[in-house]
Amino acid sequence: MITDAPRIVTSRLGHSDSHTLERYLATGGYEGLRAALARPPAEIREEVDKASLLGRGGAGFPAGRKWSMLRPAEITYLVINGDESEPATFKDHLLIERDPHQVIEGTIIAAYALGVAQAFIFCRGEFALGLERLSQAVNEAYAHGALGRNIFGSGWSLDLVIHPGAGAYICGEETALLESLEGKRGFPRIKPPYFPAAIGLYGAPTVVNNIETMSNLPWIVRNGGAAFAALGQGSSTGTRLFALSGRVERPGWYELEMSKTTFADLIMDPSLGGGVKDGHDLKAFIPGGVSAPWFGPEHLSLGLDQDAVAKQGSMLGSGSVVVMDDTTCAVRAAWRITRFFYRESCGQCTPCREGSGWLEKILRRIEEGAGREADLDLLMDACDNIAPGVSWPPQQTTICVLGPSIPSSIASGIRMFRDEFLLHVKEGGCPMRDAR
Amino acid sequence: MTDTAREQVAPQTIQVTVDGTPVPAVPGELVIEVAERAGVYIPRFCYHPRMEPVGMCRMCLVEVSGPRGFSLQPACYVRVADGQEVRTSSPKAAKAQEGVLEFLLVNHPLDCPVCDKGGECPLQDQALSHGPGESRFVEEKRHWEKPIEIGPLIHLDRERCIQCARCTRFAAEVAGEALIDFAFRGAHIEVAPFPERPFSSYFSGNTVQICPVGALTAAPYRFRSRPWDLEQVETTCVTCSVGCRVAAQSSAGRLVRYLGIDSEPVNQSWLCDKGRFGYEAVHATNRVTRPLVRRAGELVEARWAEALREVAAGVRQSDQRFGPGGIAVLGGARLTNEDAYAWSKLAKSILRTDHVDAQLGDGLPAELVLGLPRATIDDAVHAKALIVLAPDLREELPVLYLRLRKAAATVPVIECSTVPTALSEVAHVRCGYLPGEAQRLAGALVGDGSIEEIPGADPAEIERARAVLSALSGEGSDAAVGDGVVIVLGRPSLAEDARSIAGAAALLQRALPGARFLSVLRRANVHGALDMGLAPGILPGRVGLEAGRQWFEAAWGELPSDRGRDARGILEAAASGELSMLILLGADPIADFPDAALARHALEQVDLLVAVATHRDASNELAHVVLPVAGADERFGSTTNLEGRVTRLAPKVVPPGVAWPAWSVAAELARTLGNDLGCSSIETLSREISRLAPAHRGIDLDQLSAPERRDGIVAPLAETPVTLLGRRDGTSPRPIDPMATPGIFSVEEQGAPLGAGTALPVGGSGRRASSPEGARPPLLALGGLEALGLGGGAPGRLDAYSFRLVLRRALYDHGTLVQASLSLRGLAGQAVLAANPHVLEQLGVQAGDPVRCKSERGAIEVPIAPDASLARNVVVLTANLDDGANALVDAGSPVTDVRLETLA
Repeated sequence: MITDAPRIVTSRLGHSDSHTLERYLATGGYEGLRAALARPPAEIREEVDKASLLGRGGAGFPAGRKWSMLRPAEITYLVINGDESEPATFKDHLLIERDPHQVIEGTIIAAYALGVAQAFIFCRGEFALGLERLSQAVNEAYAHGALGRNIFGSGWSLDLVIHPGAGAYICGEETALLESLEGKRGFPRIKPPYFPAAIGLYGAPTVVNNIETMSNLPWIVRNGGAAFAALGQGSSTGTRLFALSGRVERPGWYELEMSKTTFADLIMDPSLGGGVKDGHDLKAFIPGGVSAPWFGPEHLSLGLDQDAVAKQGSMLGSGSVVVMDDTTCAVRAAWRITRFFYRESCGQCTPCREGSGWLEKILRRIEEGAGREADLDLLMDACDNIAPGVSWPPQQTTICVLGPSIPSSIASGIRMFRDEFLLHVKEGGCPMRDAR
Repeated sequence: MTDTAREQVAPQTIQVTVDGTPVPAVPGELVIEVAERAGVYIPRFCYHPRMEPVGMCRMCLVEVSGPRGFSLQPACYVRVADGQEVRTSSPKAAKAQEGVLEFLLVNHPLDCPVCDKGGECPLQDQALSHGPGESRFVEEKRHWEKPIEIGPLIHLDRERCIQCARCTRFAAEVAGEALIDFAFRGAHIEVAPFPERPFSSYFSGNTVQICPVGALTAAPYRFRSRPWDLEQVETTCVTCSVGCRVAAQSSAGRLVRYLGIDSEPVNQSWLCDKGRFGYEAVHATNRVTRPLVRRAGELVEARWAEALREVAAGVRQSDQRFGPGGIAVLGGARLTNEDAYAWSKLAKSILRTDHVDAQLGDGLPAELVLGLPRATIDDAVHAKALIVLAPDLREELPVLYLRLRKAAATVPVIECSTVPTALSEVAHVRCGYLPGEAQRLAGALVGDGSIEEIPGADPAEIERARAVLSALSGEGSDAAVGDGVVIVLGRPSLAEDARSIAGAAALLQRALPGARFLSVLRRANVHGALDMGLAPGILPGRVGLEAGRQWFEAAWGELPSDRGRDARGILEAAASGELSMLILLGADPIADFPDAALARHALEQVDLLVAVATHRDASNELAHVVLPVAGADERFGSTTNLEGRVTRLAPKVVPPGVAWPAWSVAAELARTLGNDLGCSSIETLSREISRLAPAHRGIDLDQLSAPERRDGIVAPLAETPVTLLGRRDGTSPRPIDPMATPGIFSVEEQGAPLGAGTALPVGGSGRRASSPEGARPPLLALGGLEALGLGGGAPGRLDAYSFRLVLRRALYDHGTLVQASLSLRGLAGQAVLAANPHVLEQLGVQAGDPVRCKSERGAIEVPIAPDASLARNVVVLTANLDDGANALVDAGSPVTDVRLETLA
């Protein structure tokens, strides 16, 4: 069901100057911050708790819970993860480029609620325009008195640094991000310690939050956590920004009320995705980014709900939905996704470093016509050695979750389209070459 | 801290179940360690027992129980918890391990037939034991350019690399020089040095030793041998006085490799490159293989009998001319304890001279070294505070540097040095001082004297050092002041007289009576040589000449009546014609004595110069008789390290030509002189030392051969019962992890067994002499120090036109052993004079321009190099490079001041 829920994070996007301070102030900008500063930090934390705002980075961990885990210490940090680098995931990109002040205001509110004095936004280096606008917005915020010493006369101070990433997907993994921010190689840290909230940046307790999570905070402070929680259902509260791509008529961004809206609404509704491209049939879709297992048409009626998707063996993840139609080759899709992980593996753990490359080579070989029937079992068994059981949520033999993300597309492809894989083997190539 | 204090911390134990077997464990232990103790081997690559775990290779995945049931966890990273259950070979764990191994082989070239690691390769071994058995990989493998030289000694084959990060972690974590690191990402990740900066570390060879595949190979060993062609013995490296335990490996009668053995109290498996690759000197072309005598100005080969007769004739001549005092013996710090004892006995009881010195003016007074309360390396790394008054340990005793560097993470280190050293980086306080002011600085540290106006010292730093020391004295009222403090004592600069350092030590000892000292004299067995009496006024077993006279005269016969001269005194006497004969025991005073001019003059002046030598060198070029002796890896015996730890040496190869063990030369010379040294075999010698030398009572080669004495015995025995009876913590020795040092394990499996190896030669019956009557003489104590008149010779003021000279040593120099090792000889640096950039500016010279450096004693021309870490009134030269820097030093003066002149 498409609801008339308010647009929380994309309210300014109709304006071509949505990224300017002028427009921001004209549309209620920094009022959430002013409201927050008038209240004790604990109350802000309560509001966020009440909102049951789920982290928008992919894992969907409740932001309020994450904040409550911050180990009290003399020095603590807030780090905002803007290293959005996965294929088909492009929601933070939008928020950074089109409404940087909203990101910054949310960050300041979070910092105030957490009592940190230094925050960082780790922004993907390839977002050239985004970085430019974000940096300008930070300067404007300082000039406006929203950052720096004695913010809005409250006596409270915060510094915010924009850190451009150097082009590695793995730095979106929060511990690799922290390593990179410290100036080291972007290797995810081994767990335990499990949470940066205990030991994070420079060994200090650190909260790492996503861009979109921050963008929600000004609205939550202005309207109250209860208003936010009133949207959506169950644990999936509020609205969420979905990035729709693939074989649809109208790919793009859609902010939708969680849970109540379904995948069918998102993909098929004329006001949203507008249906499968050129009238083709839906073959499959990825519900939450390329590390998520695929869904078939039978899952279309599922709500955009974190728990409901998890129950069906996949994840809402980063909120990116990729549509495949009957012209999409399952082998090729799995290969392209695997190739991405192969290129982006950090190289630390053997199963991911070597496994990704091996799987990529096998898939390419099948797609190019040199596959063997035994390759299907080999693919599944190699996947099993990266993520034992090849189930969801995955078990892992690696330090971080990049490794166990690799099998998702391969296992989905083979389980859902085994015949198509075998046809590649039998026909010595891709049967859908001509369809493209 | 005393041994008992360290033992008293009884750790609580918890129960862990490994594959169904309950195992007691200590909280904080790693699963992999606990399993190993239970006899369960978990496969691993990145884990190394001497480095922090990183859990990267994922080979050690096992099922570990937790709050949410069993999960796969890296055993090298997960720490045990009470009641934990570990399954190392359950179907799930086994599949994960097989999976990782298969992944590792995906891009591994499998070029085992041409790989040096073949046969001792953990990847091979674990592919067999924990791998899937056959490969399912049919794709093209990753390719790299085959071996690239990443440093002067190290080749890297990136195709073979499994990215375990052992080498990069060693470089950063253990050596403290991250000269290699990962570059690129994912499947393209590679170990690489930095552009334009090679992997030239003094410790680079360790990365080869711990590489679990054939990715890193050492230039000297590449393609030399196979593990099944190797034989090995466990012995002690005699490159420096740290005394690292090593496996010396040979093939076809030639040494081909040294690998570090994990000796807990000493080297913990590490070696320096000089020690590791210095074995090449054993087979060098400049070995002395036959006796040489000078005929018509030329040294020509002779028979032993002829050469010994020549020496004996010299002895008689000297006796006629000067009486017993006409002969002097210099050197012996590279001999075995048994050799040193035999020569000590020969010199003092048969030649009846006390002009004997194992040191070459570059050490410390023997009474000081032997009389100060001694510390072990373990004492130092567990100290409450470390005071380091020593040269740059990375240049002189590299593996001790590694141990202290690691200790600096937990122990406050106060460094007192004339110029910054490698240790300065990790020292808590560095008190600089102008050479010659060590004693005043020491006084200031312990509150004896003002902290102001000590030349070259910063009062603020001294204040900080005092704060560290005074924080200690607050603890425990009944403990002696300074209890738990270890003072690392050596010569920070060869151009600063030993008296200043000795005076500093005496002051520190008086103010901190509970402190212990670790002497960092450099040459391999200098401590053993001093123990055996190769020093003036000293008899074997750390006994003074007078205190031990009665005891030793009863056993040896008459001893010299007076205390003899030390090295400087000997050379001065020789130079002024007061000596007739000088015997060099492997010593090269021209290269090593700080005052080269004096050394050369002295050697030229004596009637008969005898050199007992392994290699030809600058000094024995002048000799009248050269006698060839067995050197490292060619002899039985024992050696003593800087802790006083006696370890067993084992020969691996045969001495060249007709070289004898040095003790045999002493025995035969005695016989030629019509005497009997009473030493018919190394065993009788060893027993005699154990019987007569008070500090060595109960320590002999039989004792040292016992397996539980692999780490040696710290002399004297009574002081260290714990070391003798077993490990400090009372546990059994840690099992040898075959993965930690694969090369040793494999040769043990396939080659000759490790251990002291070959049996001792069947000795002669050996007269079973009984001990002399009467009480054993007391060991030297520091009380005797004052009698030495230390502390005199304060330096004069440095005038405004002069610079005070710091003469340091470098690990790679023009010394005989480095130059005889093909792989190392090229590594000696260029001689430069380092000075503050301000000095260059004042002189109007550029970096690299030659300058003339002039002292009262001599002058040299040397390129100048700026070094901003230096004070403006000091200049630094390195001994024994090609500039002849020791020509500048006046051994009679407390310090050497120099002036600089530009060259037109």
